Amino acid sequence: MAIRHKSVETKFYEDRERVLRALRNCDRRTFLKLTAATMGAVMAKGLMPPHTFQLVEVADAAVTKGWDSAGAQGSTPFRFAYISDAHLYERTLNQRFVRGIVKAVDDVNALDPQPDFVLYGGDLAQLGSPAQLELGRQILSGVKAPIKMMVGEHDWFLDLGEKWQELFGPPTYSFDWKGVHVVVLQSVYEKDFWSARKMTPQERMQTVAGLDNGIQSRFEVGAAQRAWLTKNLAKVPATTPLLVFSHSPLYKYYRNWNFWTDDAEQVQAILRPYHQVTVIHGHTHQMLFNQIGNISFYGMLSTAWPWPYAPEGLPPLTIQMNRADPFDQFDGCGDGQFTARADGLVDTIYNLWDRNPVTVKASYLVSRGKVDRPPAPQFASY
Amino acid sequence: MKSQPKLIAAAILSAVTAGAIVGIWTIYPYARAGATDAYAQSAPTHTLPPAKHGGVIVALCDGVTHTEVTGLKPGQPMSHAQALAVTSGLMAEWQRTHPGEKWVMAQAGEPSAAAEAAAPGAAQAPKLKSQQGDTYASFHNRDYKIWQAETDAFVEQGNQIFHSAKLLGGTIGVSCDMCHPNAANTHPETYPKYQEQLQKVALLRDMINWCIENPVKGKTLDPNDPKLRALEAYILAQRKGTPLDYGKH
Repeated sequence: MAIRHKSVETKFYEDRERVLRALRNCDRRTFLKLTAATMGAVMAKGLMPPHTFQLVEVADAAVTKGWDSAGAQGSTPFRFAYISDAHLYERTLNQRFVRGIVKAVDDVNALDPQPDFVLYGGDLAQLGSPAQLELGRQILSGVKAPIKMMVGEHDWFLDLGEKWQELFGPPTYSFDWKGVHVVVLQSVYEKDFWSARKMTPQERMQTVAGLDNGIQSRFEVGAAQRAWLTKNLAKVPATTPLLVFSHSPLYKYYRNWNFWTDDAEQVQAILRPYHQVTVIHGHTHQMLFNQIGNISFYGMLSTAWPWPYAPEGLPPLTIQMNRADPFDQFDGCGDGQFTARADGLVDTIYNLWDRNPVTVKASYLVSRGKVDRPPAPQFASY
Repeated sequence: MKSQPKLIAAAILSAVTAGAIVGIWTIYPYARAGATDAYAQSAPTHTLPPAKHGGVIVALCDGVTHTEVTGLKPGQPMSHAQALAVTSGLMAEWQRTHPGEKWVMAQAGEPSAAAEAAAPGAAQAPKLKSQQGDTYASFHNRDYKIWQAETDAFVEQGNQIFHSAKLLGGTIGVSCDMCHPNAANTHPETYPKYQEQLQKVALLRDMINWCIENPVKGKTLDPNDPKLRALEAYILAQRKGTPLDYGKH
């Protein structure tokens, strides 16, 4: 987050506006609690007006959970972190991938100050087995900050999400955080390719797990979930910043590897009325960014292995990360941190292990690459 | 006495041609029978009569025309002048037994329209001519299709191995495709090159073996292991049309 100087007056009026906005949106009970908290804090600090509005920190915290974003214009800056694509086998079979996700957990636990939450971006398991998912949950339980879960295709296609949902709840949900409306999607549904072929659940899972396996269908959000999204956003005004998490990119990058969501255009259309939209996805295991209309996309790193850039379809704004060194397990892998800014846009830090981190500012994407261009790689893909 | 060491003249005359013939024929035993014999043992050899006067038999690559170099012990090298004399003698002998014919070198490209018209499809093979070059002079589209099918089958075996931790002999569930979908970023066209991490010049097979041993956690394969050969075939096949650029980093 950029530190900018603000005059006392500016801060005062910003704080005042936030408190009034919060008060407008809270019910009577919350209002009473809020008032009591404010009064209590006033007493405790011995403060008198015109300093009262400094106590907005208290007021803001009190209403966060029941935030109704109607009328919201901006948001309070906050930070969150991202871990994704651990692809765990059972611990006895494979220690390599365990080392990766444990390293990421250490990273986010070392952040000071701590992020508001950590989003896990999907593909916790390699082949979706209960043992793999439970191992993942056990490792992620070591994360100090609150963790939000998203599902990936490697978690889903053994039992079509049964175990994952038992452990982590519904794969589609939303919440509001400091003025930002956050949506988590299940973007890796596939049309039934397995029944006609009489595949076992294991065969179905193995097929989906093969990135270049052309037998499987393409990912999709699906009509039902799109209807859910439309309904979910019905009460959210266009001025509210949106933060959407999906496992697959919500655009079409490379069909053969399912770097792709088949109904991406329809999902983008639902998000189009909003002024600030950020979509953060996993799955592609590489530094990847794109801007389509009002939507900024960030593709995040895996903790297990990097993927080469696809032979075609790379979004023109993407700056490739350096080619990974196969002799270094952690090279090309990593995790991420984000700052949701006051203007509702999101700055991204790619925390590439064993390399310098790369910061991608929202202004780079929103300006279509005109400003804040990240450094070019020394060694691109072949 | 084995005939293979005696084929010096053949090697001198047409190493490229001989190599191509061997390359085509060796696919058969592996692809057909799934034999695990090493490559070297599966190559066909010419059968020639034994030396009668204690010398060494040297043959043309037609597998028929031959002569015995007396006074030369097996394993003993010929001088350059002596080798030229022997090979010239063999060529003269071939010309004497094939009056009016030309020594045809390997034919590149598609079969001629005339040859195809004379033998449309697989209906009838062209009339056999008893001269060197028969292998390349007498094929038609059916042969092309067979060669293509055999090559594709070999590549497909590599595809299966590339995508299977089990077939690779891996112990931690990792297969090649997990990092290299469609063999992306394997860049076989850049080998041989100095591989900094290995501190030596590496071939593609060296890197395949490194990956098998390290991320895949399996045992390295013998260079002649059919699995390694099939993996190489699959990886190279994915880069068809990419210009060779050995040494590129």
